[in-house]
Amino acid sequence: MDLSQSSQSHFALFGLPETFALDLAQLERARLAVQAQIHPDRFAAGTDRDKRLAMQWAAQANAAYLVLKNPVQRAAYLCERRGAPVQAENNTAMPADFLQQQMQWREALDDLRDAGDSAGLQTLREQVQLQSTQRMAAITQALDVDNAPQAAAEQVRALLFLDRFTEELRRAADALPQRSD
Amino acid sequence: MALLQISEPGQSPDPHQHRRAIGIDLGTTHSLVAAVRSGTPQCLPDAQGQVLLPSVVHYHADGRAEVGLRAREEQAIDPANTIVSVKRFMGRSPADLPEHALAHYRIAEDSRMVRFQTAAGEMTPVQVSADILRVLRWRAEDTLGGELVGAVITVPAYFDDGQRQATKDAAQLAGLHVLRLINEPTAAALAYGLDHGAEGLYVIYDLGGGTFDLSVLRLSRGVFEVVATSGDTALGGDDFDQRLMDLMLAQAGAPALLPTLTPSQQRQWRMAARTAKEILSDQESTFFSAPLPDGTTWSATLHRAEFEEACADLVQRTLNLLRRALSDAQLQAAEMQGVVLVGGATRMPMIRTAVERAMGKAPLTDLDPDQVVALGAAIQANALAGNAGADDVLLLDVIPLSLGIETMGGLVEHILPRNSTIPQARSQDFTTFRDGQTAMAIHVVQGERELVSDCRSLARFELRGIPPMVAGAARIRVTFAVDADGLLEVSAQELTTGVQAQVQVKPAYGLDDAQIAQMLQDSVAHAQDDRDARMLQEARVDAQALLAATRAAMQIDRDLLSPEEDAQIHAGMTALAQAERGADIDQIRNATADLIRQTDAFAERRMNRSIQRALSGQPVDHIARLTDAQPSGTR
Repeated sequence: MDLSQSSQSHFALFGLPETFALDLAQLERARLAVQAQIHPDRFAAGTDRDKRLAMQWAAQANAAYLVLKNPVQRAAYLCERRGAPVQAENNTAMPADFLQQQMQWREALDDLRDAGDSAGLQTLREQVQLQSTQRMAAITQALDVDNAPQAAAEQVRALLFLDRFTEELRRAADALPQRSD
Repeated sequence: MALLQISEPGQSPDPHQHRRAIGIDLGTTHSLVAAVRSGTPQCLPDAQGQVLLPSVVHYHADGRAEVGLRAREEQAIDPANTIVSVKRFMGRSPADLPEHALAHYRIAEDSRMVRFQTAAGEMTPVQVSADILRVLRWRAEDTLGGELVGAVITVPAYFDDGQRQATKDAAQLAGLHVLRLINEPTAAALAYGLDHGAEGLYVIYDLGGGTFDLSVLRLSRGVFEVVATSGDTALGGDDFDQRLMDLMLAQAGAPALLPTLTPSQQRQWRMAARTAKEILSDQESTFFSAPLPDGTTWSATLHRAEFEEACADLVQRTLNLLRRALSDAQLQAAEMQGVVLVGGATRMPMIRTAVERAMGKAPLTDLDPDQVVALGAAIQANALAGNAGADDVLLLDVIPLSLGIETMGGLVEHILPRNSTIPQARSQDFTTFRDGQTAMAIHVVQGERELVSDCRSLARFELRGIPPMVAGAARIRVTFAVDADGLLEVSAQELTTGVQAQVQVKPAYGLDDAQIAQMLQDSVAHAQDDRDARMLQEARVDAQALLAATRAAMQIDRDLLSPEEDAQIHAGMTALAQAERGADIDQIRNATADLIRQTDAFAERRMNRSIQRALSGQPVDHIARLTDAQPSGTR
């Protein structure tokens, strides 16, 4: 199945405006409305063609939903549609102060992990979360107000770093011995 | 109701005709078959009134396969020819299994898959499972009074791709048309949710004979959405039996006792352990007795507390998986509306106590934990068969394990994360590593770990014919598509040239299509005439269904067609109607294929319109009622 054949945008598929700011409740409703129409279970007694079409549409709708639900992926998708693809794999040049802070955080993570300091991990997580929130706000401004996809793409690249780091923090916290209850 | 499959009044087959569809719970220790009868899901009993069919098959020298209670009773007499807990072997190689699992059997030398050498010949786990399924199929046909349109088979949510494919192969071999594979906890949620009108977040804790599954579901106005799942396909009631047996063996003498027992005596110990476990669910102590190598009987009193202590780590394993599922879903135990216990092993008081402590609320146990999965499967089978009045529910299930491919250095690049809703499709681009590289080996793996060696290998295939370019210049798009049964198909395409390769991921330890076809042929000895008549009948039914669907579609959405398209479709319908009255199979098939091709674009546009209507809040149901003699489900 070639998904690129479809010219319809993920937003159009769910009848949503093509903006970064998104009403998640509306996305949920739209997703269920679409699945209720096209889920393969609706066509289990249908012709093979109907089954195939349903499978393709439902898969595409589920994939589109994953992209839209995740703010970083949604931003990256919008940047690409507006001619400023994020290209995280080729474009790794980041501002020096950002990289420096990343290094500091990583050292802090190693120390906290070694010390088994779950409260410290939580504090670090909140710091990262705060920066993520600020960058999200910058993306909203760049995409929905200034129409500056290049600026948004830079923020997305930074957020990809932050996301990966947040995941590492989560794993480190999960790996700490749990209090038994 | 779906728009594309509606027929207009007078054109449809009798709308009151019930299409017989069944749900099957193919379990490690027991299997069940259920169907919706007079609007109510029911498990179907055998002639003796039993609904549970022990999943035990005894192969006789004359080729006969004895399935069920008799076979279970014979296991101690003839252990090598009596296959128990075959579900544990599905889609697995001998190396995947613990040694004690294979101990009683004669296993053929084959590193890819388990082959039991029995008195009736070599049997694969797929064949053994098919023998169980066939008995359930016959039972259903006898009870329901005719041929079945299909079956929904349940599998543990945590089954990987190979185990699912093996299950589907077994059903096919048993002569069942698989409407859908659905996950056991999801089936249980369906039965429970519809029965209780439940809304909110629920945990389904499913401890079966050989597998443990856990799903977190959100139930809301007919939508059953799985938000997270976890489990262990090698943890179940059997393991508790094993612990009890080990405990008793240790008391009876030495750990060294086991190897001195004959296979038949070992089976007797195992059966005694099972019985003792069941008694301890109701009583504080039980009397245990089993044979010693010298033929005398050893016996002792066993207290529930001792048994529970011996199993504490097993229970803890399930609780750890419960914690992980909630963490994946970013939910707290307190947010759960309820926890439903499924599977015979949840009758053990230690499970109920542990779950209650972990969740902070008493588990729900009012539906029979042995039957609830089969009942849910029957409800879904009834709906998928297109029966009027079926509950209009939507099941949104997920993949249990992440899917990815191997990249340089033995690392895994995950393409589809676990808990992604199915069906699902996602692409990712890769490139070449060396200058002039003309082929790329694609190794598909399943699992959460970052090293390929820690994940399960599903398939390997090659994309060849990449034009020589410098390293990093080629663009290879790898697409993973998981269908509604949870089965994976992977394709790869070099974008600059369009060279393509694809593979339907057949289990690395399974059967290939040719083997299945051969087995089917061996098992169905139809005369040639018989088969021809059947094929003609099938072609006609397909043609009639397509004509009816097309006619109905034209009536509703004709405005989506240009005059030329309209004329073309009409011509196609006339040609097909004419062919269908004749007896030339090829002509009917060709005319059917023509009409399908002529209406492809129309079908796309109609689906698109149905989505647009659903999104704009227009009632879609009233369109269905205009054309369908039966009102659609209203729940």
